[in-house]
Amino acid sequence: MDLADLLEIKEKELRTRKPIRLRCCLAAGCVSSNGQAVKESLDKAVQEAGLADEVEVRQVGCMRLCCEGPLVAVDPAGILYQKVAPEDAASIVAALKGGETQVKRGDLNHPFFTKQMSIVLENSGEIDPERIESYIAADGYQALNDALVEMKPKEVIDAILQSGLRGRGGAGYPTGLKWATVAKMQGSKKYVICNADEGDPGAFMDRSVLESDPHRLLEGMAIAAYAVGADQGFIYVRAEYPLAISRLHTAIKQAKQHGLLGSGVLEAAFTFNVEIRIGAGAFVCGEETALMASIEGERGTPRPRPPFPAERGLYAGPTLINNVETLANVPSIVRKGADWFAGIGTEKSKGTKVFALAGKITNTGLIEVPMGTSLRTIVEEMGAGAPDGNQVKAVQTGGPSGGCLPASQLDTPVDYESLQQLGSIMGSGGMIVMDQTTNMVDVARFFMEFCMDESCGKCTPCRAGTVQLHALLDRILRRQATARDLELLEELCDLVKHTSLCGLGQTAPNPVLSTLRFFRNEYLELLQPEIGAPAAFGTPPKPDVNPTG
Amino acid sequence: MPVKTLTIDGKPVSAVEGQTVLEAAQDAGISIPTLCHLDGVSDVGACRLCLVEVAGVSRLLPACVTKVTEEMEVRTESERLKRYRRMILELLFAERNHVCAVCVSNGRCELQNLAVAQGMDHVRFAYRFPPYEVDITHRMFGMDHNRCVLCSRCVRVCWFIEGAATKNVAGRGADARIITDLSQPWGESETCTSCGKCVQACPTGAKFHKGSTVAEMERDRSRLEYIVTAREKKQWIV
Ligand SMILES: Cc1cc2nc3c(=O)[nH]c(=O)nc-3n(C[C@H](O)[C@H](O)[C@H](O)COP(=O)(O)O)c2cc1C
Ligand code: SF4
Ligand code: FES
Repeated sequence: MDLADLLEIKEKELRTRKPIRLRCCLAAGCVSSNGQAVKESLDKAVQEAGLADEVEVRQVGCMRLCCEGPLVAVDPAGILYQKVAPEDAASIVAALKGGETQVKRGDLNHPFFTKQMSIVLENSGEIDPERIESYIAADGYQALNDALVEMKPKEVIDAILQSGLRGRGGAGYPTGLKWATVAKMQGSKKYVICNADEGDPGAFMDRSVLESDPHRLLEGMAIAAYAVGADQGFIYVRAEYPLAISRLHTAIKQAKQHGLLGSGVLEAAFTFNVEIRIGAGAFVCGEETALMASIEGERGTPRPRPPFPAERGLYAGPTLINNVETLANVPSIVRKGADWFAGIGTEKSKGTKVFALAGKITNTGLIEVPMGTSLRTIVEEMGAGAPDGNQVKAVQTGGPSGGCLPASQLDTPVDYESLQQLGSIMGSGGMIVMDQTTNMVDVARFFMEFCMDESCGKCTPCRAGTVQLHALLDRILRRQATARDLELLEELCDLVKHTSLCGLGQTAPNPVLSTLRFFRNEYLELLQPEIGAPAAFGTPPKPDVNPTG
Repeated sequence: MPVKTLTIDGKPVSAVEGQTVLEAAQDAGISIPTLCHLDGVSDVGACRLCLVEVAGVSRLLPACVTKVTEEMEVRTESERLKRYRRMILELLFAERNHVCAVCVSNGRCELQNLAVAQGMDHVRFAYRFPPYEVDITHRMFGMDHNRCVLCSRCVRVCWFIEGAATKNVAGRGADARIITDLSQPWGESETCTSCGKCVQACPTGAKFHKGSTVAEMERDRSRLEYIVTAREKKQWIV
């Protein structure tokens, strides 16, 4: 396999493409609303109408508006059918030839679609994720070829550095710097790991990429491996994603058959093999050191850093670990150039970000927007606000490690620094919208319960601290807490944040701290007056500040 | 051997490259509170009592796993560190059922000593009172989970000094617990060599010699030191 073969596959694929295409979303969201049956009945309807030569029924990945699934798109007519039932198949096929159909049509001119910008998701909803030819026809694996044939590893790293790409797994560490560190490490055996653990409640960005465009990830990993000098890759994906796992297996098999993985990739002196490791759904196994322990077959608990994975990672070798979305950006950067990428987004946050929009919002689904897009654009325009005339009260980003921003902060641009300044984080891309019926203390308790359950139990502040934080929040919600409990809550947040071993504990107090910052009243309203404790057991009652008043 | 010079609490200290801040401090006669650290076994940085402040680093660093660097300025005492250490101890006391008055280690317990040293005189958190069992199936030793602080010292001596790999940690978060083999009664273990190192390693009364009663449990750490010295320095203590 070389460039000429790639182009031949592409050309053949385009040549044999049928004039009319029905794209059926078969990512997990639409599958769960019976998308598979829709595709099968469309197949049958096309056969029965005798249109098999003209019409292709293609399974594709996520088409973004998950709440309206199963989705079916028609090319080249530019129609999006929503909530399609298997019985609708005949009328949809009839409509291809001037017939009538009552099936609900989506408005493709809605800001939900028009404000999106697809880099990571450029093939999602377009190509068949189970056919490598479909990916190659969309210029797939050309970036890998460019890298292997035309670029030295250092040039690849320079391109990633220049592009300004930062890690999409949460912390936003500059990807090029990480690659450069691994590249300059001595050691004959290096590894590339893709972190596809995605454990935040409400997040499904990475799953969508894996289900919709698995080859893009493999290509990104191969480019990364070439750049840092690794020959072995692992994809660590949670067991709760069976469809993603199966598509990854298919993709790896196809890539090997086509000489795009294995030894002598694209006839260059480059070997790269990828294996899948399946996690058992522990949130903490998304933390890089715990993840590596888990791959090694150990108990999935974090260890202190340094040493960082780049110095001493998997099986003690220098290891590059990146998130799915980070790696999925790589082929586009190599193909279109670092300057192109650096031209998108804000000064310090480049490119786009995928968000899983969920909660009390009219349009739920997957969006990819340029960095710097305001929360207001996302929530009010694209998401069309809260349903049933309710008011948006807060937006939660970053899951259990993030925070809640109030509606008054909706003009905040989504970039790493702005969100952090307000006590939230970009996180991996979960975005949960809340309306006025939501109690913020309850939200804080929900996330604390999550952290408490997911704490690995190794370090004291996180293991025992989250339990006590949860108990205090619970006490406040049951209206049994006093001002002193609130004080203790804040003191404990400070402890857990600053003394925990890993990011889980260090960020666990964030939902509490950010709701305290913006919705303190909701806490105060629940507090009870201090009962006059006997002086021997508590602080003596303070004299009234204003005795006459 | 390359030497690093640093200051700890303002005192100039020289240390060998590769040493931890904790080792350098101990050599200089400066004490830093520890609980999960045990001389001779690998450190895990889990209890977080040894956190120290280092100039120029915004995070607090665990002394037991942080290597010395040239011109490092370490502070082991500050109001903030004292507050954190007391609070961590409070969390430990509230987490399980630490009833000193009926404990075999009363008076010789590292947890108790830490509380005294750090001035932790009361617990502001709700006691959890978890229902834990006592395993006295082993011929010579007992394990009272009510008194365990999950420092994992017993696990590490069992794996890395005795090499039996009998002890382990199971469960997650507050449900984490020390197990024997595949969570079997200790007495039924086929891998346990009954060496007793885990009992010597335990900082509290969680692991004890059967037959000892309140305040009677004495530990002989020199037994561990004997083996560790033999292994690391290739010499037998006589
Ligand atoms: C508790 C915890 C959970 C994490 N879960 C994930 C995850 O599911 N996916 C992910 O990519 N990164 C996760 N991370 C971040 C990883 O440790 C690591 O920083 C990331 O994979 C690096 O990739 P990036 O530089 O491409 O962002 C988690 C971190 C912590 C502390
Ligand atoms: S912070 Fe929590 S998850 Fe991380 S090591 Fe400590 S106990 Fe485990
Ligand atoms: S002694 Fe360092 S963390 Fe426990």
